[in-house]
Amino acid sequence: MPRAKGTESENEMSILVDKNTKVITQGMGKTGQLHAKMCKEYGTQMVAGVKPGSAGTEIEGMPMYNTVADAKAATGANVSVIYVPPGGTKGAIIEAVDAELDLVIAITEGVPTLDMVDVMRYIEGSKTRLIGPNCPGVITPDECKIGIMPGHIHKKGHVGVLSRSGTLTYEAVWQVGNKGFGQSSCVGIGGDPVKGTDFIDVLEMFFEDGETEAVVMIGEIGGSSEEQAAEFVQSHPKRKPMAVFIAGQTAPPGKRMGHAGAIIAGGKGTASDKIAAFERIGVPCARTAADIGDALVSVYKG
Amino acid sequence: MNIHEYQAKEVLARFGVAVPRGVVVKNRKDVDSAIEQLGGDLWVVKAQIHAGGRGKGKIVTPENARKVASVCHTGKDAVAEIEKQKLSLSKGVTVTNDRAKVKSIVETVLGNHLVTIQTGNAGKSVNAVYITEGVDLIKDPIGSQLRAGQEKDFELYIALTVDRETGKVCILASREGGVEIEVVAHEKPELLRKIWVDPCVGFQEFAGYQIASDMKLNPKQQKSFVKLIDGLYRVFTALDASIVEVNPAVVTADDDVVALDAKINFDDNALFRHPDVEEMRDSTEEDQAEQEAHKWGLSYVPLEGNVGCLVNGAGLAMATMDLILRYGEKSGISPANFLDVGGGAKEEQVKAAFSIILRDPAVKAILVNIFGGIMLCDIVARGIVAAAKDLGVKVPLVVRLEGNHQAEGKAILKDSGLHIIPADSMADAGEKVVKAALGEI
Repeated sequence: MPRAKGTESENEMSILVDKNTKVITQGMGKTGQLHAKMCKEYGTQMVAGVKPGSAGTEIEGMPMYNTVADAKAATGANVSVIYVPPGGTKGAIIEAVDAELDLVIAITEGVPTLDMVDVMRYIEGSKTRLIGPNCPGVITPDECKIGIMPGHIHKKGHVGVLSRSGTLTYEAVWQVGNKGFGQSSCVGIGGDPVKGTDFIDVLEMFFEDGETEAVVMIGEIGGSSEEQAAEFVQSHPKRKPMAVFIAGQTAPPGKRMGHAGAIIAGGKGTASDKIAAFERIGVPCARTAADIGDALVSVYKG
Repeated sequence: MNIHEYQAKEVLARFGVAVPRGVVVKNRKDVDSAIEQLGGDLWVVKAQIHAGGRGKGKIVTPENARKVASVCHTGKDAVAEIEKQKLSLSKGVTVTNDRAKVKSIVETVLGNHLVTIQTGNAGKSVNAVYITEGVDLIKDPIGSQLRAGQEKDFELYIALTVDRETGKVCILASREGGVEIEVVAHEKPELLRKIWVDPCVGFQEFAGYQIASDMKLNPKQQKSFVKLIDGLYRVFTALDASIVEVNPAVVTADDDVVALDAKINFDDNALFRHPDVEEMRDSTEEDQAEQEAHKWGLSYVPLEGNVGCLVNGAGLAMATMDLILRYGEKSGISPANFLDVGGGAKEEQVKAAFSIILRDPAVKAILVNIFGGIMLCDIVARGIVAAAKDLGVKVPLVVRLEGNHQAEGKAILKDSGLHIIPADSMADAGEKVVKAALGEI
C-alpha cells in the first residue's frame, strides 16, 4: 500500500513528524520568530528560516536563506511552517511545493479562499502535503512540535488527536492528559473551507500508525467533512476506538462563527447532523466540551 | 461582506451582465427624476436591505416592528403575526404601471421596517429603494418540472460558490428559478445542475453550453445564458466573492436572459485587496457591536441569551456557548453572545471585549474561558482586572484560566480584591456561571 503523502518515517512511530524532521520557517517576522524559537526550545530541529535578502544572517541561532530551495539544499530540511501574512501565503505554499518538501504547515489565518483554490490545484500531483491554513500545527510529543500549540500540555502516549479548531484542540489534549493518557500525535487541520488536509487523510494515518491506539476527533459546524469522516471510519478495516466532540450546537444558522468555515448555511452543516453521523456508527460524542475525556474513557482504557 | 441588490447589479453591469435599468432612491424627493430617467410604463419598487425573502416580506412602522418582535422569535413568525394583525403597509417588492403609486410606495417604504423570513423578528430599517424598469415575464413553455402540470414564469436560477469538497468554484443552475432553491435541491436534485471550474483555465463556454442544453434552453437562450455565466464567473474571481447568486434570471420574449435579482457576498479575508468593494459597505446594515468588535480584531456575534462569554479561539468559544446552554437550559439560562478574542489578545482587547459584552442589558453573568497557549494567562488576568475596575462590572464574573502562566494569572485575579469566581475546568465553569446568573452564588 502506498504511503500517504508527507509521511516520511518508515518506522511507524507517530504520524507526519518525528525527531528526524527538519523544519524551515517561512515568514520570520515577529510571530514567526517567536514560534520558531519556542519550537526550537521544545527540541524540534528548526534548521533554517527563509527571509528574502537576508541570506547569510542568523535569527535566534537559525541561519536565514533567500528561498526555500536554498534552505533545503543547505540543511536537508523536509518540512516548512508558514507564518507569512495572508496575502503572501499562496506564494509561500507554492514556493515550498516547488522545492519538493514533504510537508508544509500553514499557520496563517485569513487567507483568501480563492487563493486556496489555486493552491489546491497547484499541489495536485506533487509530493507535498499541505496542512492548514489557519491551523495550530502538528506535534508529536517529546519529538517534534511545529506550530503555535503550548508544548507543555502534551505528553507522549498512544492517543491521536485531530481537530478543526485551535484552542479546542488544547482543551481536548488537556482532558486526555488528565485521564492519564498521552498522545501519539496531534494534528490541527484548520478551520478554513478550502484546506490542504481533511479529517479523512489524518484518520487514515492514525489507523495505519503503530503508535496510535485510539483517536479523539474535534469537529465543528459547517461543511460535511465530519459526515464524510464518519462514513470513512465505518468501513475502515483498521478502525480504532474513537471519541468525537462537535462544537457549535447552539450556533444560529447563517452566522459565521469566527472561522471562515464555521457557518450553518442552507440548513446544512449542523452539529446535530454531524453527531448523528457518528452515533450511527457507534462512536460516542461528548455532550459538551467538558466531557471529551470521559467520552474517550468510555471506549478506551489504555 | 454583504452588499445591496442595487450595488450587486451595478457590479454585474460593469462585467457585461444584462440587468434591468434602475435608479436608487434614498430620499422621496428624488422619485420623480428617477422615473423620468427610467421612462417606460412599468416599474418595480424594491426595498433595499441585506436579507432575502423581500417579495413576500412586509413593511411595518418601527413601532409595530418592535411590538411584533416582542411576541415573535423568528422572522417567519413575525411575518405571520403581521399578517394576522393586518399591520402590513406594503410588500418589500411592488410592481406597478401607476406613476403616483411608485411615489406613494417609496414614501411608505423609506424609514419603515421590512420584515422577511430572513431578517429576524424585528426586521430591518429601509434606507434605500431601488426603482427599476419592469420586465415582461413570459410563461415557461414546458411548465414547472418541480410541480408537474403547473404553470410557471420563465425564471432560471444560477449561483456560484466555492465548493469545500472539491476546493473549486462550483456553478449551480436550474430552470426552476424564482423559488427557494433549497426546495428544488431537496425535492428534485436532478433539476439542479452543477459544474466545477478548474482555476487553471477558468470558466469555459462549452461547459456552460452543456448545462444550458441540459436545461432545454433554445439556441439563442443558450447563448445569452452562457454569456451570463461567464460574466458572473468573472465577477466572482475578479472581486473575491464568496457567493454570486441570480434568482431569478428571466428569459424574455426575445430569448434574452436578464438578471432580475442579484446577490453578492464577498470573502472577508480578501477585502484587503479590494478597496473598491470595501467602499460599498453599508455600515447601517451591520450590528453596531459587531462593527466595534471588528475594529478591535475581535470576532463577535450577538445572541439572545443572558450569559456573556469571552473566550480565546472560535472552536472553544462555540463549545463554551454549548456548555452554558447544556447546564442552563432547564433554568432559562443561555449564551448571550459568541466572542473570540483571538490567539494573541492584549490587555486593551480584553477590555474592549468586556465593554462590548456589557452593552447587552440582558447579560446577567459573564464567563471567561481562556486556554492560554500563546496567550499568557497573566496577561489575560490583568485585562480582566483592568476592565472590571474601569468599566465597573456589576454582574458576576466566572473565570477559568488554563495553560501558560496560569498560576500567575490566578494570583492576579485573587489579589485584585474583585469578586471573581474562579473555575477549575470547563464543567466547573459551566455549573458556576449558571448559578451566578441565577443569583445563587
